[in-house]
Amino acid sequence: MRPLHPVSPGIRTVLGISFFVLFVAFWAWITLGGHVNRIFLADPLSMLRDGWRLLVEDRFWLDILITIWRVFGGFLLASVVAVPLGIAMGAWKPVEAFLEPFVSFARYLPASAFIPLLILWAGIGELEKLLVIFVGSVFQIILIIAVKVGSTRRDLVEAAYTLGSTNNGIVSRVIMPANAPEIAETLRLVLGWAWTYVIVAELIGSSSGIGYMIINSQSRLATGQIIFGIIVIGLIGLLSDFAFKAFNRWLFPWSLA
Amino acid sequence: MSKLLIEGVSRTFAGVRGGEPVKALMPVDLAVAANDFITILGPSGCGKSTLLRIVAGLEAPSEGRVLLDGKAVTRPGPDRGMVFQSYTLFPWLTVAENIAFGLRERGMPERERDGIVASYVDLVGLKGFENHWPKQLSGGMQQRTAIARALANDPEILLLDEPFGALDNQTRGLMQELLLGIWERRKKTVLFVTHDIEEAIFMASRVIVMTARPGRIKSDVAIDLPHPRHYTLKTSPEFSALKARLTEDIRVEAMRTAQTQSA
Repeated sequence: MRPLHPVSPGIRTVLGISFFVLFVAFWAWITLGGHVNRIFLADPLSMLRDGWRLLVEDRFWLDILITIWRVFGGFLLASVVAVPLGIAMGAWKPVEAFLEPFVSFARYLPASAFIPLLILWAGIGELEKLLVIFVGSVFQIILIIAVKVGSTRRDLVEAAYTLGSTNNGIVSRVIMPANAPEIAETLRLVLGWAWTYVIVAELIGSSSGIGYMIINSQSRLATGQIIFGIIVIGLIGLLSDFAFKAFNRWLFPWSLA
Repeated sequence: MSKLLIEGVSRTFAGVRGGEPVKALMPVDLAVAANDFITILGPSGCGKSTLLRIVAGLEAPSEGRVLLDGKAVTRPGPDRGMVFQSYTLFPWLTVAENIAFGLRERGMPERERDGIVASYVDLVGLKGFENHWPKQLSGGMQQRTAIARALANDPEILLLDEPFGALDNQTRGLMQELLLGIWERRKKTVLFVTHDIEEAIFMASRVIVMTARPGRIKSDVAIDLPHPRHYTLKTSPEFSALKARLTEDIRVEAMRTAQTQSA
């Protein structure tokens, strides 16, 4: 095979799907073929059956909705705080000098380790779930956006100055529009991470949500349900990612033209 | 009175990691008359772009000062329009919105802007491309838009930093004629930096030749070729004589640059 040689769209699709097929086939073979103990790993068919029962009888879709709300709520909260701060840090160097060391430090504080503390402060209600996601996302968003904004093309800034822009005009009519697609891409990336935090938050001290269902199923050795829950998370993540991408494309046609 | 006065302007860059400071530009004096088209010709790295950026206010001189209409230049402003070598159209704005940028920054109402923008779109021959994004344009069209954007602001002086340097030869020739045609009709004070001898002669009413780094003015050549100029002028004997003279001037400097670089 020639390195870096592109592959046709048709073959790309076939190859992409065939791995899923292989994966499920292997899973079916080791479970249905009796190669692993069914207590530890459910087969694909009973996974689907368990999933169906969850949705129809146990109203699992309510858990799904509540998890989605938590992800978007916490993520929105983090974005509202982080985007302006990130832009301010990238644009004004004294602001960056003031905040960057702390934010860099805070970024390495694991959100999951905050859960016990957050439960003490906020209880095990919705606020605690939102705060876990907030803590997990906010510092990441701030730092990435600050770096992107800091690397705004200098020649565009200079061109704007020679056209009469004021300092504030540079920020609002050059730096912000120039970085808007990158900021949207950053948010899309961090939304993916937020899905991880929400499940962690729901595994500990929760009575609803996908994570709660998963931890609940563990005590009953219902591996079919666990796998179904994991797949649901993956699918929602994939869908929201697609939607986000399409939204960005619609919002910033110029960056793709 | 001169339109633009450059008085003893020099530029020294601080040394890297405690090294010797680098002199990029020796003190330069230059007086530019209103509506003159000046080209600044020099080998690469001679500080000609630095000089232009100082006039634009994008860099501060280490010594000396720049006066435009008697007022000292301290920062960039709309009275000094600039066209850069790199493509600096705002990618999120259409051609028309790019041209309107300076007018919008000035707070001009949209209706008033539209008329001005339309006339400059027409001037640089971009009718039909008003709503294109910069990415959809060729390099030549992007630079035409950049010229229109700078001119739409009606600056006192137009500064161009090797604006056609990244274009292919044919496009460059056409762009030279376009810009010169605009200047012949609308009269504007122009400072045009280039390392292309032919371009320097063809465009200019006066060519300033700079030495190798640290740059200073080596010669100041009036170009008395008649206007309007046509591309065939480039093959005339007068043109060739000027070209021979400037080639000799520049060659010595280019060789000095090559020697200091290999030393």
